[in-house]
Amino acid sequence: MAIRRGRGVAAINYPTGMNLGGDPTQALVHSTPTGNFMVTLSSVDLGQGMKQIMAQICAETIGVPTDRVVVDTADTDTGPHCMGTFASRGTHRAGNAVIQAAREARQVMLEVAAEELEVNASDLETDGQGNILVKGAPQRSISIFDVALSAHFKRGRSISGRGMFLIPRSYPEKETGAMKPSTCYAHACTVAEVEVDDETGEVTVLTVKNVFEIGRALNPKLVEQQLVGGSWMGISHALYETTEPYYPNRDHGGTDFNQYLMPGPGDLAETEIIVLERPSADGPYGAKGPGEMCANPQIPAVANAVFDAVGVRIDTLPITPERILRALKAQAGAPN
Amino acid sequence: MAKVPVQFTLNGAEKAEFIDSGTTLLNALRDKIGDTSPKGGCHQGTCGACSVILDGELRLSCLTLAETCNGAAITTTSGLSEGGVLHPLQRAFLDAFATQCGFCTPGMIMAAKVLLDHTPNPSRDEVVEALSGNICRCTGYEPIIQAVLTAARSNSQHAA
Repeated sequence: MAIRRGRGVAAINYPTGMNLGGDPTQALVHSTPTGNFMVTLSSVDLGQGMKQIMAQICAETIGVPTDRVVVDTADTDTGPHCMGTFASRGTHRAGNAVIQAAREARQVMLEVAAEELEVNASDLETDGQGNILVKGAPQRSISIFDVALSAHFKRGRSISGRGMFLIPRSYPEKETGAMKPSTCYAHACTVAEVEVDDETGEVTVLTVKNVFEIGRALNPKLVEQQLVGGSWMGISHALYETTEPYYPNRDHGGTDFNQYLMPGPGDLAETEIIVLERPSADGPYGAKGPGEMCANPQIPAVANAVFDAVGVRIDTLPITPERILRALKAQAGAPN
Repeated sequence: MAKVPVQFTLNGAEKAEFIDSGTTLLNALRDKIGDTSPKGGCHQGTCGACSVILDGELRLSCLTLAETCNGAAITTTSGLSEGGVLHPLQRAFLDAFATQCGFCTPGMIMAAKVLLDHTPNPSRDEVVEALSGNICRCTGYEPIIQAVLTAARSNSQHAA
C-alpha cells in the first residue's frame, strides 16, 4: 500500500452557443439626454460579468468611455429577445447584437454632430473621451453631451440603434449528415498531477496546468477569474460533485450543502492558466465563449492521471475513493 | 403569535424591533432592519454567506436566534466603510479581484475581519483555516486568500 503519483493530459474543443431552432439575441441602444448610452438586453448577468463586457463593447463601438454606458438586463417581459445566458453564448451572441445596435446609434449621433458642426458626418470621428472631432481638424469638435442635448431638444432625433444577431437553424445535409451545430470553437488543454492513496482510494490533485484558447479576451481580468474558477470547478466535477452518486439510482443524492460536496479554500491545487488569444472571425471584437469550456479538460486529465498513478480506468464521475478501490479490487481479480 | 422585542446595536446604531419568536438574526437583519449585506445561502450553517460579527466573535446569523442578541453589538459588512472610505479588507478584495458573483463576499470579509482582529499577521494556513467555513461557488479562493494577506500587510504598515 502506497501513495502513488500520476500525471494526465487532456485537450478539448468547445462550441460557442448552440443551434436548435435558431439562436437569436436582440439588443437596443439609446442615448439619454446627457449623452450616456443605455444598452437594453434580456441576456442575464449571472455574476460572470456580462454587464461589464456589454458596456465595453457598446463603448468601443460608439466611441465613448465605458463609464458612459449603462446596461439594463431587467425584464424578459419588456426587454428585447434573448435565448438566454447558457451554452457559453452570452458574450458572442449578445455582443454581436450590441455592436449592431451601437453602430446604428453612432451613425445618428454623428449625423446630429455633423449638423451642429456644419460638416459631413463621414468627416467626423470620436476621440473615445466623449467628444466628436472633425478628422484632420480636431480643434473643430463638439462634446457628445452637447450632441445629445441637441438631438433631444433641438433637432428631434433619436440617437438609438437596433441590433439582432441570429445564428440560423442548421439542418443536416441529407447525404452526409454534416451540419453546423455551433459557431466558433474555444480550445483547452490541461495537465493534471495527482497523488492516489491505493489503500484509501483518496485522490489529491497536486497541480493543474491549463492552456485556454478563447479568441480575444475582452476583459483579461474577468477572463482570468472565469478560467481559474472554472479550472477548479472541473477538478470538483472530476472528484467530488454529483447530485446522483449512484446514477441512475437517485438514492444518496446530496440535497443541501451538508451533503453535496464542494471544495473549500483548503482544497486548492496549485493552478496555472495560460491564455492564448486567436480572435474569432465572427465574434464581437474576436471573442469566443470561454464560460463552460474552461471547466471541462480537467475532468479527463484527472481521470488519466489516476490511471497513470494506479492503473485503473475510472469512466464514471465523480472519481470517488469507493470507485477507485472497487476498480483496484477488480484489477487484482477479487470479486467486487 | 406574540411578538418579542429585541434591541441591539448594528454597526454602532441602536436598533429595536418586534419580531416573531424564532426569527433568525439573518432574517431579522435582512427583512426587519433592511441590512441585506449578510446573505442567505443555505440557512443551515454550512456556506458562511450569512456570517456577522457578534460581540467580536464570528457568528452564523442563520443559526442565531435574533431574540438571543439583546444588548449585543453586531457588525456586518455594510458597516465597515467609514465616511465613504472602504475598510482595508474591502479595498484589498477590490484590488485583488477577489469577487466574482459577489454572493460569498460579505461572509468572507466578516470571517477575514475576525481573523485579523485576533491575528493581525496571519500565515497563509491561518487565512485558509479562517475561511474554511465559507464556500465560494465561483471558486475564487486564491484571490480571496491573497486579498486577506494583503489587507493584513496594509494594516501592519498603518500600525508601524
